[in-house]
Amino acid sequence: MISQLSWKIGGQQGEGVESTDRIFSTALNRLGYYLYGYRHFSSRIKGGHTNNKIRISTKPIRAISDDLDILVAFDQESIDLNAKELRSGGVIVADAKFSPTVPEGIEARLFAVPITAIAEELGTSLMKNMVASGASWALLGLPLEVFNKAVEEEFGRKGPAVVEKNVEAVKRGAEFILEQAGGPLEEFRLEEADGKQKLFMIGNEALGLGAIAAGCRLMSAYPITPASEIMEYLIKKLPKFGGTVVQTEDEIAAATMAIGANYAGVRTMTASAGPGLSLMMEAIGLSGMTETPLVIIDTQRGGPSTGLPTKQEQSDINALIYGTHGEIPKVVIAPSTIEECFYDMIEAFNVAETYQVPVIVATDLQLSLGKQSCEPLDYEKIVIERGKLQTGELPPLEEHKMFKRYEFTEDGISPRVLPGAKYGIHHVTGVEHDQEGRPSESAANRKLMMEKRLGKLRSLRIRDAIKADAPSEAPDLLIVAMGSTGGTIDEARTRLAAEGITTNHVTVRQLHPFPSDLVEPYLKQAKKVVVLENNATAQLANLIKQNVGYHDKIESLLKYDGTPFLPHEIEKACKEMK
Amino acid sequence: MATFKEFRNNVKPNWCPGCGDFSVQAAIQRAAANIGLEPEQLAVISGIGCSGRISGYINAYGLHGIHGRALPIAQGVKLANRELTVIASGGDGDGFAIGMGHTVHAIRRNLDITYIVMDNQIYGLTKGQTSPRSAEGFKTKSTPEGSIENTLSPLEIALSAGATFVAQSFSSDLKQLTSLIEAGLKHKGFSLINVFSPCVTFNKVNTYDWFKENIVNLDQFPDYDPSNRIAAMNKIMETNGMLTGLIYQDKERKPYEDLVVGFKPEALAKQDLTLSREDFDKLLAEFK
Ligand SMILES: Cc1ncc(C[n+]2csc(CCOP(=O)(O)OP(=O)(O)O)c2C)c(N)n1
Ligand code: SF4
Repeated sequence: MISQLSWKIGGQQGEGVESTDRIFSTALNRLGYYLYGYRHFSSRIKGGHTNNKIRISTKPIRAISDDLDILVAFDQESIDLNAKELRSGGVIVADAKFSPTVPEGIEARLFAVPITAIAEELGTSLMKNMVASGASWALLGLPLEVFNKAVEEEFGRKGPAVVEKNVEAVKRGAEFILEQAGGPLEEFRLEEADGKQKLFMIGNEALGLGAIAAGCRLMSAYPITPASEIMEYLIKKLPKFGGTVVQTEDEIAAATMAIGANYAGVRTMTASAGPGLSLMMEAIGLSGMTETPLVIIDTQRGGPSTGLPTKQEQSDINALIYGTHGEIPKVVIAPSTIEECFYDMIEAFNVAETYQVPVIVATDLQLSLGKQSCEPLDYEKIVIERGKLQTGELPPLEEHKMFKRYEFTEDGISPRVLPGAKYGIHHVTGVEHDQEGRPSESAANRKLMMEKRLGKLRSLRIRDAIKADAPSEAPDLLIVAMGSTGGTIDEARTRLAAEGITTNHVTVRQLHPFPSDLVEPYLKQAKKVVVLENNATAQLANLIKQNVGYHDKIESLLKYDGTPFLPHEIEKACKEMK
Repeated sequence: MATFKEFRNNVKPNWCPGCGDFSVQAAIQRAAANIGLEPEQLAVISGIGCSGRISGYINAYGLHGIHGRALPIAQGVKLANRELTVIASGGDGDGFAIGMGHTVHAIRRNLDITYIVMDNQIYGLTKGQTSPRSAEGFKTKSTPEGSIENTLSPLEIALSAGATFVAQSFSSDLKQLTSLIEAGLKHKGFSLINVFSPCVTFNKVNTYDWFKENIVNLDQFPDYDPSNRIAAMNKIMETNGMLTGLIYQDKERKPYEDLVVGFKPEALAKQDLTLSREDFDKLLAEFK
């Protein structure tokens, strides 16, 4: 019996790869397995090779695996491109239609299943996905009833006839392969899972869910990979809570509309990726200068320019922190797990309103799009904090006096009122202004206002601004990273530990303002520091050097070819660096 | 009920004496009082330019944003609080150059806001460069040999983008301007009011006298029917865009807010933010 296994399906985009993966993994989730998915896709709708990989485990996992156990292929290209990933003794399940062959030098067992032929016999080649997933399922020796239940749910609303057809397709796929293989493959028999169904979603859905929980009721956004799922999820859900999503003409409109709506009192966000983020810079400055809350999600992808729009990268760090002209207070949060995607949205809105600043939540493509198991989300942790927002009645104003929206206070944060409030009238402008919001060029006022705004965040530490897994007091290596790489790092660390190399692991979650005081002790105790990130210019490492120091201890492990780190790559590099 | 004086604050405009924008300010204040608004029920969202300063000169909620983006900000305000009366305002550069993309899309989106453009055919704040509204041959600091680009017709663009309210007026005609702003504020949907608002400092061609000579007031045509879109387009072309008055109004089309699924008649900003445990569980169940 094994405790984990990797499965991949490949084919042409639009050929059913996505749906095969969805049904197969939904059924696995029913059995209580932990799942972690990886999508390889291009910016085309039809055509072009695409593949989805899932890791199945009886224990929590947050990384893709180095190798592959089972490859399901709809075409020869999928075999040619992916077979090298198969571990020796791995299995290929391929459509007999294209007379599949195993590339030279690859040791794998091939099962040619008439996937298309069976589907067509049952009425439509569209059912290829059911035949393929049924065959995979049977090979693992998993209970068919559970799978059929998932099929029923997927097709239930299309009527019993459709369900029946699909169940039949599954059965035929299963029967065929079992006969060919002589029963389920013993070496792929998974230990039983805990039977507890997990939440199973992509990071973008967790972000959307978190936004709803945070009280976000409006979103203005412009579609872009890999952020669009956030708006697509929210447009389905927000109407139920009285809100909506507006698809704007561009990201400048998206960000400025969100500013208008936040100014008027509704928690509103936008989401984009690098190109859209670049367009939003002036708006982010307006939010900072006018002290209007704003929440932006940046799902990082391969840059620069259009770059690698469907690939992994963490190269927006500098743009997120330094992108805007002038100097404003700003917060950048980087969730590193799917659960954090949910909770950080609540934190983001609370921080934005409490400190009256723009807050950017930065994910990366793998975190945003990788479908994975999510631990139960805790309703009790949903707390809404709106800071100094005045909702009660206000005292009358003296004649020709306005509400002091930018009043100097000890913490630099001024009371905020919403348009509509009697005796709350004030002016808001991106021009330097006095305490009532009137434009002012006075040097004395300018100095005070700059200090007021920039001072607001001096001591800000979000919940878990860093996460540390530091079993060693003087580790050989400290690995520092952000975003989706954490699970892969931990997997590499387990292997390193087995080889006698001690490591600590720090995840930076608050990228700006940089929590130097929290990071420093870990740098200090380590013999050497490896900063691991998906970009070419070591942006996170530079941030650490600039804020904390220890230049001579810090080395970088960079990957910028568009693919996420694999455990063995980290393991190997760490061994060399030690 | 508030009088127009209550829409004044004691901020002294930094406009040049004689600038057309003073009348636009006065007309907004009068129109707001005439339709029975209290100052706190009005939000004026403006862009950047001499004209953009207007939000600071009216006693109402005001937001002076960034160049060209008054409209998306104003739409955000209206979406968040549909009980507010929202005016967006700025110059011809603000709305028809850098912000043109937003103008067209705000028109087709048709939220219930009133957009007042102070059209002086030049860039005032940056001290006299050409604008998309400048005439061909118009000499400015950035077109020393005269502009060689075509003049943009915002009225034609508005009509073809599906505008439900299009009007044009002139700073010198305070009475017409006030009544058109009133009509715009009462219109249920997006209203565009383009106002010839002379820049006395940098535009020595399109002066008050020049406008008086060239303007065609729609009052001259008692049979003119502003509900006829084709007639409106013809009239704009016939007069080379120099007409003033209510050019087109579609009273049938519902504003965006009324069409959004799930949108309630009361302000979203006043609604409860909390998610019930029951709703939370329902949302989670979809991911199992
Ligand atoms: C992004 C950006 N680009 C350029 C400017 C400089 N700028 C300020 S106002 C303006 C044009 C002003 O012309 P208009 O909008 O017609 O207003 P007016 O001053 O004539 O009322 C320009 C180019 C700016 N503030 N922001
Ligand atoms: S420069 Fe022109 S537009 Fe600006 S305030 Fe003076 S007259 Fe008015």
